[in-house]
Amino acid sequence: MSRLLVCPPDYFGIEYEINPWMRLSNRVDHERAIRQWHELMRVLEKDLGVVLERMTPIPGLPDLVFTANSGIVVGQTAVLSRFRYPERQPEEAHFEDWFRGQGYDLLTVENELYFEGAGDLLGFPEYWFGGYRQRSDIRVFPILSDRFHREIIPLELVDSRFYHLDTCLCPLSGGELLYFPAAFDRYGQTAIAERVPERLRLTVPENEALKFACNAVCVGKHVVLPAGCPTTQAWLCIKGYEAHPVQLDEFMKSGGSAKCLTLALD
Amino acid sequence: MNQYQESVCLQGHIIDSLLLAKVLDLILMMGGTFDLEDVHIGKTREEPSHARIRIRTTSRALLDDILKAIQPHGASIEREADCRTNRAPADGVLPDDFYATTHLPTQIRLNGRWLDVDRIEMDLAVLVNEARSMAQAVPMGEVRRGDQIVVGREGVRVIPLQRPRERDVFGFMESQVSAERPHGHIIADIATRMRQLRERHRHGQADSKVLLAGGPAIIHAGGREALTWLIEQGFVHTLFCGNALAAHDMEADLYGTSLGYGLSAGRAVPHGHEHHLRTINRIRAIGSIEAAVTSGVIKQGIMAACIRQGVPVVMSGTIRDDGPLPGVITDSVRAQSAMRALTPGIGLALLVASTLHSVATGNLLPATVPTVCVDVNPSVPTKLADRGSFQAVGLVMDAASFLSELARVLGRST
Repeated sequence: MSRLLVCPPDYFGIEYEINPWMRLSNRVDHERAIRQWHELMRVLEKDLGVVLERMTPIPGLPDLVFTANSGIVVGQTAVLSRFRYPERQPEEAHFEDWFRGQGYDLLTVENELYFEGAGDLLGFPEYWFGGYRQRSDIRVFPILSDRFHREIIPLELVDSRFYHLDTCLCPLSGGELLYFPAAFDRYGQTAIAERVPERLRLTVPENEALKFACNAVCVGKHVVLPAGCPTTQAWLCIKGYEAHPVQLDEFMKSGGSAKCLTLALD
Repeated sequence: MNQYQESVCLQGHIIDSLLLAKVLDLILMMGGTFDLEDVHIGKTREEPSHARIRIRTTSRALLDDILKAIQPHGASIEREADCRTNRAPADGVLPDDFYATTHLPTQIRLNGRWLDVDRIEMDLAVLVNEARSMAQAVPMGEVRRGDQIVVGREGVRVIPLQRPRERDVFGFMESQVSAERPHGHIIADIATRMRQLRERHRHGQADSKVLLAGGPAIIHAGGREALTWLIEQGFVHTLFCGNALAAHDMEADLYGTSLGYGLSAGRAVPHGHEHHLRTINRIRAIGSIEAAVTSGVIKQGIMAACIRQGVPVVMSGTIRDDGPLPGVITDSVRAQSAMRALTPGIGLALLVASTLHSVATGNLLPATVPTVCVDVNPSVPTKLADRGSFQAVGLVMDAASFLSELARVLGRST
C-alpha cells in the first residue's frame, strides 16, 4: 500500500514570486484551494487506497503544501532538501522535524548544494532522472547515486516555466513516461529517447503541458492528474491506466499541481 | 598559441545523459579546445563515469567564459596547488627532487596564477625570483646557494606543441630521417621561412633570427660561398661553430685551400696541411678575427661576412683544436652559456654538418623553434631526435649541396 506525505493548505497563498507562474496580484481563492486539495485527498484515499500522512501546516510558509519538495525517501532514509530560494528555506526545518519524528535516517547534502527533493529527482525502479539548472545543483546527483547505488541521468531544464523536473516529466509504473520535450535541451531529449522506447513515451501537447499534465501522481495503474488534459488522459487509457482528473487550478497559480502536493514515502 | 588552460572534472552518469558530449560541444562552440584525460567509463549502469578535461584557449577571458558556461553542468575546476620550491643548498647544487625541465613551453603555478617559465630548455631546473613573480629555466651550474628552485611535479604543467599556422615541412614537428626522401620541397619550405624571417628581422620583430650551427665540412665540401652569400644577404643572424670552421674558412681566403686541399683545383697542395696552422697563427698574431677582417687581411668568406654584417659568432672549442683561434671559448660550460645567451629570439635553426654542434645547439633550443638538421650521415639527425629534440626536421644530404641549393632558391645566381 502506498503512503504519501501531504500538508493541508491552511496557509497556502501567493506571498512571493519565485517562478514564472507566481504573481502576487493573482490572488488565491482560499476556500476554493481548500476544496480542491480535499478533493485530491479524497481521490487518493478513497479511489486509490493510498495512506496519507498529514503534516501540520505552518503560518508564513505558504509552499509547505508542496511536500514533493521536502526531500526524497528511499527505504528508511530521507534526503532533506536545500531550497535555492530563501523564501522556501524556512520549510527545511519543518520537513526535517517531520522525518525525524517518523524515525527516518536523515541525510543532508553539502550545504552549498541546492536540491529540491522529489521535484527534481524521479524515475523508475532501476534508474532515476535528475533535473538541474533551475533549482537543483547537478553535483547532488553523483552523491545520491553513490549513496543509493542508482543510476541518475541528469537532465537540464531549459524552460523556466518547467522549473522542476516533475513539472515536465512523469515516469509511470509500467515503464511508460509522460514528458514535454521542449522543457529539455536536445541532449536531454536524446538521453530520454535513448532510454525509453518511443511506444512507451507520450509527448504531452504544449497546452496540456502548461496545465502541468506531467505533474501527475501514479499509483499502480491509477494516475491522478490535473483536469483539462484530454490527450494525456486518452493515451493513459490506451496504455491501460485509469485517469483521475482533479481540478487544481488554484495551486497552478503557484506553479504546482497533483504531484507537487504529495511526496511518495514508500 | 593556446596557452591558457584549466583542468576540470566531470563525474556521475555523464555518458548516457550526454553530459560529457554537451560539455565538450560547449567548449568547442565557444572557441576553446580540449584534451580528454583520465576518462573512466562505468562498467555497469550504476557505476559512475568520470572524465578529466583540459581546456585550452587563446585568451584568459575566453577561458573564464568557458569555465563559467560549463560549471552549471557539473564541471568542477580541479583544485590545483601552487608549485613547491626549495632553496639551493650550495652554489651549483640543486635541491633534492628538483623539477627537471623539458624543452616544451612550461608554466608553474605561483600564488594561484600560472606563470610562463622563461628561456625554457631541456634538462634544466626552474628558478623562481625572490618576489615569486617570475620563473626562468636555469642550468645546474648557474644555481647559487639559496636560490628558490621548483621541486616536485605539483603546480608544474607542460604545454604540448601546437601545429604552426604555416602548412610546411615544419608543420609535422617530427624528425623522420631518411636519405630516400626528396629534398627539394624541404629546402623550398626552409627558404620561404627564411625570406619571411629576414623581413621580420628587418622590422625588428620578435623571434625572427635565423641561427646556423655548422661544422668544417661546409668548407671542405664547397659550401663556403653559398653560406657567405646567405650571411651577406641578411638571411643568417647568428652563427655557432668551432675552431675548425673558422680556421678553414680563413685558410680558404688566405691560401685557397681547406685542410690543404685546393678548393678550386680539387687536389692536395704541397705542404697544404700546414695552411690551417699558419692561418690560425696569423690570426693569433693579429689578435682577433675582427681585427683580421677590418685590417683587410681576411677579405672574403664566412667570418668576414659575419664581421661585416654584425652577425654574432660563438666559437666553442673541442679537445683536438689547433691553436685555437682568438675568440674560441675553450671552457665548455662558458661556451654553453655564450650559446644560451644568443638563443632567445631565434625563429629558425639550421644545424649543418656537425654532430657536436648540432646536438649541442639543438638541445639548447626550446621545442617551439623550427629546426633543421642537415648531415650526410643519417645518424646525426637521429641522434638529435634521440636526445630529445624531436621537433628537428632531418635532412640527409651533403652540406655544400644543401647550402648551395638553399642560396639558389633564395636568389643567388650560380
